[in-house]
Amino acid sequence: MELFALALVILLAPLAAFVLSALLARRAWQLAGGLTITGVAVAFLASLAVFAQVYGHEARLDVTVPWLTIAPLAGRALEIGLRIDPLTAVMLLSVSGVSLLVQIYSWGYLHEVEFDEHGHPHVHRDPGFSRYYTWMALFTTSMLGLVLASSLLLLFVCWELVGLCSYLLIGYWYERPAAALAAKKAFLTTRLGDLGFLIGLAYLWWQTGTFTFSQLEALVANHAIPPLVATVGALLLFSGAVGKSAQWPLHVWLPDAMEGPTPVSALIHAATMVAAGVYLVARAFFLFQHSPEAMLVVALIGGFTAIFAATMGLVNNDIKRVMAYSTCSQLGYMMLALGAGGLAAGTFHLFTHSWFKALLFLTAGSVIHATGTQDMREMGGLRAKLPGTCWAMTLAGLALAGIPPLAGFWSKDGILGAVFDSPTVVAAKPLLLAFALVTVFLTAFYMGRVLFLTFGGQWRGDPQRWPHVHEAPAVMLWPMLVLIVPTVLAGFWNMPAQFAYGHFVEHSLLYAHTLAEQFHPELAIFSIALAVAGLVVAWAMYGARVISAAAVTRAFGPLYGWALNRWGFDHLYNWLVGTVWVGLARGIAAFDLGVIDGIVNGVARATVALGQAFRPLQTGQVQTYAWVVFGGLIVVAVAIMLGSRI
Amino acid sequence: MPGLAHFLILGAALFCLGTFGALARRNAVVVLMSIELMLNGLNITFVAFNRYLAPSFGPAASAWAGQVFALFIIAVAAAEAALGLAIVIAVYRLRHTVQVDQIDLMRG
Repeated sequence: MELFALALVILLAPLAAFVLSALLARRAWQLAGGLTITGVAVAFLASLAVFAQVYGHEARLDVTVPWLTIAPLAGRALEIGLRIDPLTAVMLLSVSGVSLLVQIYSWGYLHEVEFDEHGHPHVHRDPGFSRYYTWMALFTTSMLGLVLASSLLLLFVCWELVGLCSYLLIGYWYERPAAALAAKKAFLTTRLGDLGFLIGLAYLWWQTGTFTFSQLEALVANHAIPPLVATVGALLLFSGAVGKSAQWPLHVWLPDAMEGPTPVSALIHAATMVAAGVYLVARAFFLFQHSPEAMLVVALIGGFTAIFAATMGLVNNDIKRVMAYSTCSQLGYMMLALGAGGLAAGTFHLFTHSWFKALLFLTAGSVIHATGTQDMREMGGLRAKLPGTCWAMTLAGLALAGIPPLAGFWSKDGILGAVFDSPTVVAAKPLLLAFALVTVFLTAFYMGRVLFLTFGGQWRGDPQRWPHVHEAPAVMLWPMLVLIVPTVLAGFWNMPAQFAYGHFVEHSLLYAHTLAEQFHPELAIFSIALAVAGLVVAWAMYGARVISAAAVTRAFGPLYGWALNRWGFDHLYNWLVGTVWVGLARGIAAFDLGVIDGIVNGVARATVALGQAFRPLQTGQVQTYAWVVFGGLIVVAVAIMLGSRI
Repeated sequence: MPGLAHFLILGAALFCLGTFGALARRNAVVVLMSIELMLNGLNITFVAFNRYLAPSFGPAASAWAGQVFALFIIAVAAAEAALGLAIVIAVYRLRHTVQVDQIDLMRG
């Protein structure tokens, strides 16, 4: 089939599922779920076909149509359109693939099994089942549209749509205050970044007159865009990416977003939507490469977020929040790679991470489903009851930690290599490399901690619950087992010597360099050693318990408390917004009420008072007026007579 | 033999009398009568000036100007009286009074 037709199928299949389930399936829950799963499955098959054509036959698609023509601006048009190149093909595969598996998994996750006093199971279906699948279909449509967009404008529209779906799905259990608040927090925080994105769009359009990637690329290639414009435009686009990808300093929303259902966290807040920021930077990479300053900012923020989020992941006891900090940290890795100039490394980590992080979340969801808690202090010993989940999470955790030959090892070492060889961040290279390497150790440690606390040791939760802890049903288990395949195998796509992925993706747009072939054996051995060290320390503290976790906590003293308190950023933002900003607003409101309104009301009051003062003059008696006229006449006559005398 | 001064004094006296009545009396009919008195004081002044001071040269009309003025004033005064009395009657029908100090709809 033609590429354009496939692109339309990819977009329209989940869209049709969304429209139909929104219109027809409010009460027919099977219909809503079935429609969405079918729509996403069709999109996934079409994505596979697209990938085969792009990978096998180097097919490309770039269609653009004018959407609105602005007559006063010399008839310039706002353009939208679809684009398929290697980067798109890879993203389509991971978005539709993860989405399909998550939709299937959700079917089981939204059915809660409870046990009565006789031990008989009762299945409760979540009352929002249809709503859930409706929003999931809309999300998948928007995310695929974001990936397929050929212009910044369409990308932005889809960008906001995925933000909306994120809001709706974080607040899926809206009757829980924490979920409603978390949804608002996520929406407002990302909106802050999107404001910069929107200004960046307007700025780039003003400076270049186009939104289309191919035209912008041509302008950069012809050196028609001054470096300053590239820097400002790239940094404004990056501010949108910082919000969406939960990079410091807008990282605060992602941990709270874990209030949503776990499959939502897996799809939106781990594998796809949060990766949209990384995708945006990769998409506009030619623009970023035009500005060394922008590249340095991207690398520094990414590198800092990687280590900063990992430190918060070390201490949290909520299994989903540890995963959320891990996502922040891994997205920071990707940004670091992009900032260092490693397009191939950054997007390859995005690709592999989407599989194993989705698997981590799905397995965490299975654990939560079985135990009814998210607190790892009340878990333990689950290996006996959840063998499938245990194996899947162990593999995904080892992939995240960077243990060869799992996927995460290859992509993460690509990033380390890219930073090591970076032509863009020369001065900051030692710092960034140190950030990246320390993060390897921290990542391995917190993943080991999660694994040992959850599956190792003895059950520490409610003893009443233990007999009912059970392995996930098949509809949940199978998607996890399928995800094991890319978790193990995806990394081989970019094996050293061939670097098939790197050479595939470097032909997406015109780049100065993509650092497609990054692998340093000595760096890899060092990072494996660090990862193993992290796992061993985690085993010693939480598995064998030869090192007392409490003693380590005491040794780190206030640092532990700060990390547990998210380094105070939430308090800082609360203070900034709740106290400083609201105080400023109150002051301005008082000025408005007192001074501005005071002047306006004062003028009105003075006019009324003046009228009151002169009111008695108007007696309504015609003779009074006649007296005044006559008196005036006499005065005038006397004045004339005196005047003529002189 | 009375001269110009006598007529002027008479005219001024009538005018002042009328003015006082127009300003001080409260009955609308008396106010109208007072205004007639003021106009007639003027008429006497006009006619007296015409009789004693009319120039014996120049266009013929200037010899009669004072008397013509007086005739116009009489005509206008007749019209004014008719209108004024009509207003007084209309006001009386509405307010049942012709006392001008009680007609004060326009008081501020």
